[in-house]
Formats: sequence, structure tokens, C-alpha cells
Amino acid sequence: MSVTGANRVSATVVIERAAFPQLLDALKTARYKLLGPKLVNGAIVYEELAGAGELPAGWAEDQMPGVYKLKRRIDEALFGYTVGPHSWKKFLHPAVAVLWQATKNAKGFDLAAPPIRAQKLALLGVRPCDLHAISILDTVLGRGPYKDPVWAALRKGVFVLAVNCVEPGGTCFCASMNTGPRASFGFDIALTEVVEAERHFFVATAGTERGSAMLEKTPHRPARPDELDRADQLLANAASKMGRKLDTTGLKELLYRNHEHPRWDNVAGRCLSCASCTMVCPTCFCTTVEDTTDVTGRHAARVRKWDSCFTLAFSFIHGGPIRASVRARYRHWLTHKFATWLDQFGTFGCVGCGRCITWCPAGIDVTEEIGAIRHTESAKSRKEAS
Amino acid sequence: MPIRDVINRAEAEPVLPDPMLVQPWRVRRLVRETADTFTLELQPQASSGQMRFKPGQFNMLYVFGVGEIPISISGDPAQPRMLLHTTREVGAVTRAMRQLRPGAVVGVRGPFGTAWPIEECEGADVVIVAGGIGLAPLRPALYQILARRDLYGRVVLLYGARTPADILYRRELERWRARFDLEVYATVDRAMSGWRGNVGVVTALIPRAPFDPSSAVALVCGPEVMMRFAVQELLKRGVQPGAIYISMERNMKCGIGLCGHCQLGPAFVCKDGPVMRYDKLADWLQKWEA
Ligand SMILES: Cc1cc2nc3c(=O)[nH]c(=O)nc-3n(C[C@H](O)[C@H](O)[C@H](O)COP(=O)(O)OP(=O)(O)OC[C@H]3O[C@@H](n4cnc5c(N)ncnc54)[C@H](O)[C@@H]3O)c2cc1C
Ligand code: SF4
Ligand code: FES
Repeated sequence: MSVTGANRVSATVVIERAAFPQLLDALKTARYKLLGPKLVNGAIVYEELAGAGELPAGWAEDQMPGVYKLKRRIDEALFGYTVGPHSWKKFLHPAVAVLWQATKNAKGFDLAAPPIRAQKLALLGVRPCDLHAISILDTVLGRGPYKDPVWAALRKGVFVLAVNCVEPGGTCFCASMNTGPRASFGFDIALTEVVEAERHFFVATAGTERGSAMLEKTPHRPARPDELDRADQLLANAASKMGRKLDTTGLKELLYRNHEHPRWDNVAGRCLSCASCTMVCPTCFCTTVEDTTDVTGRHAARVRKWDSCFTLAFSFIHGGPIRASVRARYRHWLTHKFATWLDQFGTFGCVGCGRCITWCPAGIDVTEEIGAIRHTESAKSRKEAS
Repeated sequence: MPIRDVINRAEAEPVLPDPMLVQPWRVRRLVRETADTFTLELQPQASSGQMRFKPGQFNMLYVFGVGEIPISISGDPAQPRMLLHTTREVGAVTRAMRQLRPGAVVGVRGPFGTAWPIEECEGADVVIVAGGIGLAPLRPALYQILARRDLYGRVVLLYGARTPADILYRRELERWRARFDLEVYATVDRAMSGWRGNVGVVTALIPRAPFDPSSAVALVCGPEVMMRFAVQELLKRGVQPGAIYISMERNMKCGIGLCGHCQLGPAFVCKDGPVMRYDKLADWLQKWEA
């Protein structure tokens, strides 16, 4: 797994709940725009925050295939939920971006990219799976022979406040994908939130100089061994509480072998080809472009938008789409995430965040689909062997 | 626009060089090749402008306000100040392109993608199999080979078109046919009166074409079905799977590996292709709707 920034781990400290808002204030004072979880219209989404007061304190969700329901917690944990329908790609790989604008002139046309002048962003409450998703997109969009200038500009200097997951959700499987529940890289500060009857505190580690500088500005003290043990214990428990599991051994080969498998027909019968999974996916990066002109015909623009491999137009070439059937489109999506991505970029394209499972209106579950293929195959080979 | 709301003038960053920006090229001529194909001759708008490209590479061509599409470069790599693009009119952008007049400006991004393995052809027989518009991306390879003809063994061009009227680069083909160091065989699916050449699919020319299969390198471009059959015939003749190259077509929105549209299994056809070695792709070509 690639590492964004060498994570020098400084001493682990404790920040009391009462002092926590000062950490966000310090970021604000350092002129970061705060982006983090917020309760909006029945879901926890990522938006600009004025301060810690806007975090969804005391909320959690029930997540199951096709189900997302908010519920009150018995405590006032600030990060007592997992991930909602948004991912951080909406800030770094925006759903809509103007690539350039052009104006006709006597000699042809002038053309320029609108300036991307990003205010420094602080991403607050980034889960370990999403740290991996950002790192994956760093590879996809930032390391090719050609780099995406929009990603490069928006990504630069982003401050990451990670939060370890002590209570995984019902559709989470980061432990299977080796991406969580503990943040191992790619953060400036990582927190573990501990809420007990009498106490509420954060165990904090800085991953960068920038991170320790921010911790310096927040009231804190060295962590005591019992506090560290408590946090470790919570994280160890979390790994065993994943709502979903996926066996990734030989997964690429399994999918390459099973391009023709009856399960693809089965899932095609349920898949609505609605593209929800690709929209909520924190690593789906595909885009299309739209060319527009104004009414005078003198001004044109090229606008890039998120696209999805579930649409027919996605693979259209003269003569018709390459992937005409839902079966082929679902298979392409799943095979990309769990097989071809490895050949392309050296990692899975899935981080186990479970969003595609929760937000599928048909409740289709990737772990179940892959499990079904693996199961029938091993049943078949058992039969052949006997 | 979302991207705008993060703009903060006080913290301006220098704008990075942008692979999505097009360069202006001027239409010098538009040559009608057949009823539905034409060649755009472009010259750089800036006096210092030029484009060094390798045979088989493509450009993204933008028609103002209409759209941008991938089109192979069909001109001579030795002439970087003149870009030729031979295009078949099939839809919105190609139609708008067909209507361009001399002096009009189009946007060009490129050159992108992989090239025909001209160096690997040195000392070997070269078999070029083209179907329809597929001759366009192969023409730069022929130019380069003919410029140093002594470096190669026998050079054979097998070309198939739907009807005699659909044959591309007719005069040039005649000239090539007249050369004693180049074998040109053309065939049409449907003949018309006056046609005295072959009738039938281009793949039918492969079994009897004069080349040594054990040392030959094959360059194939045309509709995907035609390429599948051509490869089968070449393999049957004994050409090595690793010596067969095909040029693939997929939907392309960026041309540079960022938009995801052109995937074919693990390959991004825009950067790992369009020219790909057959043996590396064979598995995926057998997979339906991959
Ligand atoms: C590497 C490469 C090289 C090519 N070289 C040539 C060539 O030399 N000569 C030639 O005539 N054709 C070539 N093509 C095919 C050419 O790009 C399509 O015919 C063209 O995009 C059709 O555009 P249209 O708007 O006229 O057609 P329509 O059929 O109207 O297409 C509608 C829309 O579909 C999309 N579309 C259709 N085909 C493609 C495609 N392949 N890639 C991206 N979008 C597509 C476009 O957005 C287009 O606006 C090449 C394709 C590729 C991938
Ligand atoms: S799964 Fe589909 S939308 Fe997502 S990155 Fe792959 S091709 Fe693009
Ligand atoms: S055309 Fe965009 S990735 Fe290949």
C-alpha cells in the first residue's frame, strides 16, 4: 500500500472532550476550510463545518444492504457513526469541473482553464478505509504519465484528521480489505475516541510535523498506559465486529476465471443499473465531458462530470455499446474493483467501506456476489475431484 | 460550480501544465476520399508549431462547441508540421468536422497512445492487414517503412473495402502497387462493374500472401470482427502470436488514462493501446462484452 507522506509518529497524547473544539479552532486559525461530517436531511454527509459544534454528536446509523437509518446513541460520541453516502472524492475530484472555456476570435479561438485556487482544506473524521481511497486516487489521478490537474490542485496541502473506527457499521468490511479499522498512514493526526460512563477523551497521534503543530495548539497531555490499552482494546474488538467479510485470497484469478458464470445473470436480474454504487464509491473515478456553447455560439466550455460504467453510453462506439447488457456492466464494475485494478494500479479498487451495499436500492452486496461465485466454483471443483 | 467555490484569490497557486488543454491547428484542406470519408489537412497556427508523432498514434480533435473525438494520425511522421486525419462521417462530431472550411481552427490534443512496432519489423517480413478506414492509422507505418525500405524484408499490404467506391487513398494505392518492392492486394466485399480485382473478405488474402510466416510481423487494423478473423488466419499461417499487432477502438473521453472509458480488461486502450500485441490481449478478446 502506498504511503502518502512519511508518517512520523510522535508521542501519543490525550485530548479531553472539552478541549477537542480547540483542535478544530486551531485549524481554522491556520486558515483551513473545515470539511467534515454533518447531519443533513436524514443522513450524515460531508460539508463545510463552522466548528466542532456541528459534528453529529450522539448519532449513529443502522446500515444494511439497501438500508440506512439514523439512530440516537446512548452517549454523546462525536464520531459514533461510520460513513454515509458522501465520500471525500467530492472535494478532491469534484462531480462537476470546468476544464476550460474558449472564446471565438478573428484567428480561431482563445482557450484557457479556469484557475483552480483552492483554499487549504482540512478533512475531519476521515475513516481508515477512506484514507486508503484517497491514496488509491492519488495513484490513479496523480501518478500516471498524465496527471489530472484538478486533482493535483485540490489535493495539494490537504490536512487529514483521521478517526479510527471503534464501531464498524453493518456493511463494513475494511478488515477483509486490509484497510482498517486503524489508520496506518496518510494522516496528519489520527484519533481514537473513547467514551465511558465517566469519561470522554481522544487518544491522538500526529503523523506529520503539521499534525504535531496542531496538537501543540490544543490542550493535551501524555497518554497514560491504561488509556492506550483502552484504545487498543476498542480497535482490536472492532476488527471482529465487521458487518461483512470477504475472502480475498486469489480473488483476481477467481474473477478472471469466472467471466462466464451464471451468477452474473442472477445479479443482472436484480441490478437496476442505476449507478448509485459508483456515485457513492470513494474510488470510482470515471468521468465524461460535455461540450457546450452559449446562445451566441461564441463562447464554448468543456465540463467534466462524474460518469458511471453502469450507463449504456459509457462504452458506446460507433455501431453500439461494448457492454450492452446489465450483466456485462455489473461484471465490469465488480471485476474492475476486485481484479483488473490490481493489474492497473497494484491495489484493489475496493476499500471495504460498504457504501455500495448500503446505498444499492436493490440491496446487492458485493461480498455476497463474490462469495456466491467462490462457493459454486469450489463446490464444482469438489464435485470434479470426487 | 463546485470547483469554483474553493477558489480563494488570496491563496492563488500557479496553474499547472494541463493535458486537457487543446492546441489550435488550422484547416489547410479538406480532401474528400470516398462518399463518407475525408482527410483533414491541418497546419499549426503558431509558426513554430509542430507535432512529432509515431505511426499508430492518435489525436483528440475538438470541433468548436460540438465535441472532441479520438482520430488516428494518417500522415507522414517525417512531416511534423502537417497533420493528416482521415475520418469516416458517422455522427455528430465527424459530421461537423466534414463541414469545416479551409482556415477554420480545430483543437488538437496529442499525440497519444502506443505506436506500431516499426523497429521490431527491421529485418523481418511485414504484413499489413487493413479493413476500411483501418488503413488510415497504418498509412504512417507504410510511409516510415518505405522511407527506409532497405531495412525490411518483404512488405505486403492486404486491404479490404466494402465496395470499389469505398477504397481509400486510391491513387496512392495505385502508386504503391506499381512499386516492385511492395506487394499490394486489395479486395472488396461487393464488386461493381469495372472491378477486376479480388472479391471477398480481406482475411481470405492471408493464406496466399507472399511472406515468410516464421519471421513476419503483422500489423492489423479494421473493425474488431475483421481483426479477430485476420488474427486467426495469421496464426494458421504460422505467424507468432507475439508478432501480431492490432489497433483497438474503445470509447475515449480523455485519451490520457484518466476518464476510465476505454478499459478493456486491465488495459486502458488510450495509453496501453491503441496498438497492442495480440498475445497480451488474446484472453480478453475471447471474453464477450469485456
Ligand atoms: C484510438 C482511436 C482512433 C480512431 N481513429 C479513427 C480514424 O482514424 N478515423 C475515423 O474515422 N474514426 C476513428 N476512430 C473512431 C472515431 O473516434 C469515432 O467514429 C468518433 O468518435 C465518432 O464520433 P461522432 O460524434 O461523429 O459519432 P457518433 O456516433 O454521433 O457518436 C456520438 C458520441 O459518441 C461518442 N463516441 C462514439 N465513438 C466514440 C469513440 N470511439 N470514442 C469516444 N467517443 C465516441 C462521442 O462522444 C460522440 O460524440 C478512432 C477511435 C479511436 C478510439
Ligand atoms: S468501477 Fe466503473 S465507474 Fe468505477 S472506476 Fe471502474 S469503470 Fe469507472
Ligand atoms: S480515454 Fe480516458 S482513460 Fe482512456
